[in-house]
Formats: sequence, structure tokens, C-alpha cells
Amino acid sequence: MASLRSTSRLFAASRPFFRPATFARSYATVETGAPAEPPAKMKSFKIYRWNPDTPSEKPTMQTYDLDLNKTGPMMLDALIRIKNEQDPTLTFRRSCREGICGSCAMNIDGVNTLACLCRIPTDTKTESRIYPLPHTYVVKDLVPDMTLFYKQYKSIKPYLQRDTPSPDGLENRQSPEERKKLDGLYECILCACCSTSCPSYWWNSEEYLGPAILLQSYRWLADSRDERTAERKAALDNSMSVYRCHTILNCTRTCPKGLNPGLAIAETKKMLAK
Amino acid sequence: MARLSGLQREVLSLYRSCLREIRNKPAVGVSLPPPHTMHTFLTALLQDSRNNFKRYARAEFQKHLSVNKKDFSTVEYLLRKGHRQLEMYASPGIRNIS
Repeated sequence: MASLRSTSRLFAASRPFFRPATFARSYATVETGAPAEPPAKMKSFKIYRWNPDTPSEKPTMQTYDLDLNKTGPMMLDALIRIKNEQDPTLTFRRSCREGICGSCAMNIDGVNTLACLCRIPTDTKTESRIYPLPHTYVVKDLVPDMTLFYKQYKSIKPYLQRDTPSPDGLENRQSPEERKKLDGLYECILCACCSTSCPSYWWNSEEYLGPAILLQSYRWLADSRDERTAERKAALDNSMSVYRCHTILNCTRTCPKGLNPGLAIAETKKMLAK
Repeated sequence: MARLSGLQREVLSLYRSCLREIRNKPAVGVSLPPPHTMHTFLTALLQDSRNNFKRYARAEFQKHLSVNKKDFSTVEYLLRKGHRQLEMYASPGIRNIS
């Protein structure tokens, strides 16, 4: 505690050196006269609507108009504004608004992406169309049913499996080179954009694992600390789990995080062939 | 009875699996006292919880009696929903329903 206090005092003593820089900033000024309001940039959004409470009614597309000058830059801002101001019944998942939770995955203008990472196209003549992720069962409006996806994720045992304790009993250590192998794999947020863009996954979602899960599967195959590599490989070695990937590479094209599931699947196939 | 379509048979089989799951439901959340004293009381409670489940399952099916049998997308959705509900209520943690 004493050492902590002395360092904080040291820090406090050094602070005045930085102060002049902050004071050098000029004061904010009040502008005289209200600025002229720019002309409204109205853009229409066509959004997929379906209500499970009236299951016999067919899904419809509903149009909402927003002034882009008063809306944030991202699609999620537009959706939140529609929900707040125009139609509180509009349903979608969202959480972090910065592309780290993967909740707001949806199909925007024909591309699976995260609404929070997708800029609203500034072209006001064309409308934007927003659908839930393709080939998923819809729970309501833009909310897809992810049960199968999570079940498949669970099936690959996405956790470290070791029998031997680590040498120092504290940590399972890795060299920087071994750690580097996990780059481009561990960043996956499981938004399911890639899996739902994959035609192979559309037709065989029950058995084929899909790019997102295979990327995660490879993340554990490539991990130097994991000791069940042979077991993991044996679980994948059948005609459906991996080999339904026909390198269509829709996954790599659509990934909102810029990852490459296609490469990971190719590496998995290489490992299996050895 | 007219021959049933595949979809109709699926609905019936869902209802039957609901009834089968209800039979697995344990006594209501009461720890067991000596059987000779409390037997009748417990049997009543047990019967009650199973009746509650049965009543609930029936009501869930009856809610959608008006759906047209040719409206297969709706029926398929309701089947999926029913299977999901069944899976949820089948968990041993759920002992009774109102």
C-alpha cells in the first residue's frame, strides 16, 4: 500500500508539467444566430416484419422514412431511432453497438453484416432493405433462432482440454510463435453472419457445422496447449462435418470482422489429410 | 376417420409426446414424509400437478384450433414452437404449472 501511495504522489508531482497544454486551449464561443438547417435527407428503410403472436399472417415488408441529418451514421442508429420514435413494436437484438457482441447480425441490402458496423448508404434515392439472417427460423421481426448454431458450437467442445498439469502449476505457457497461430481465429464473435451466408450450410445445417463453428474448431486444433487434437480431428473426420465445405467463400466475403473462415477450413482439411 | 396428412400426424405425435413427458413429472416440490401418513395427501398433490400440465398442454393446442390445415408454414412454425416448449417444460426443475 505504501509503495502504491508513493507512486501516486510521484505521478501527482509530475502532473503540473502537462497542465499548460490543457490551458492553452481557447474558450468555447457562443455563435450568434441559429445556423441554417440543412435540407432534410430522407431515406426509406424497408424492414422485414413478422409477429409470432399472429402466426397465420404472412411476413411483410414495412417502410420507414428517416432524415439522415438527424440519424447517426450506422444502420443500428437508424433501427434504434425507428424503434424509439416511429414503431416501438420493431424487434431486433442489439447490445454493444461497436461490433464486439455480435447481437445485431442481420441481412442489410443483401449482405449479412452487423448493423452496428454497417454505414447507412448516403444515396437517398434507393431504399435500404433489412432482413433477418437468411435461412434461419425467425423468432420475431429481425430476431433469428440461434438454438441450432449454439448447439453445434457446444458440440465441438470449445474449451481447453488437457490431462498433464502445467510445469509451474500456474499457467499453460505458449511461445509468441504459437500464440501467433491463433490470430485471426480468436477474434470471432459468433455472430453467425458467415454460417448463414453459406449455401452448403443452408441445405445441410443439421449435419454440416458451418464456417463459424469450423473456424472455432480450428482455433482449438491450432492451439499448442490443447492435448486432445487427435480426438478433435477424429470427431471432424466424416463426410458431413468439414467436407461439406466446397470453398464457396461467401463466409470470408461477408465476415464483418474481416476474418477468413475459408482459410481455417482449408487448414483443417490439411490437418485431417496428414 | 379420414387419413391424416403427414403434418397432422406430426401434430398428434407432438401431443402424445407431451402426454408422455407429463407422466415423468415428479411429485410437487415437497420433501417426502413417511409414506403411510402423507400418502393420500401427496397423491392428491401429484395428481394435481400432472393435471395442471395436461390442462396447459391441451390449452396450448386448442389456442390454434382455427389454423387452416393447409396453411403448412404456420403449422410448421407452431410445431417448432411446441417442440421448443416441450423441451423446456420437460426439464426436471419444472415441477408444476398453473
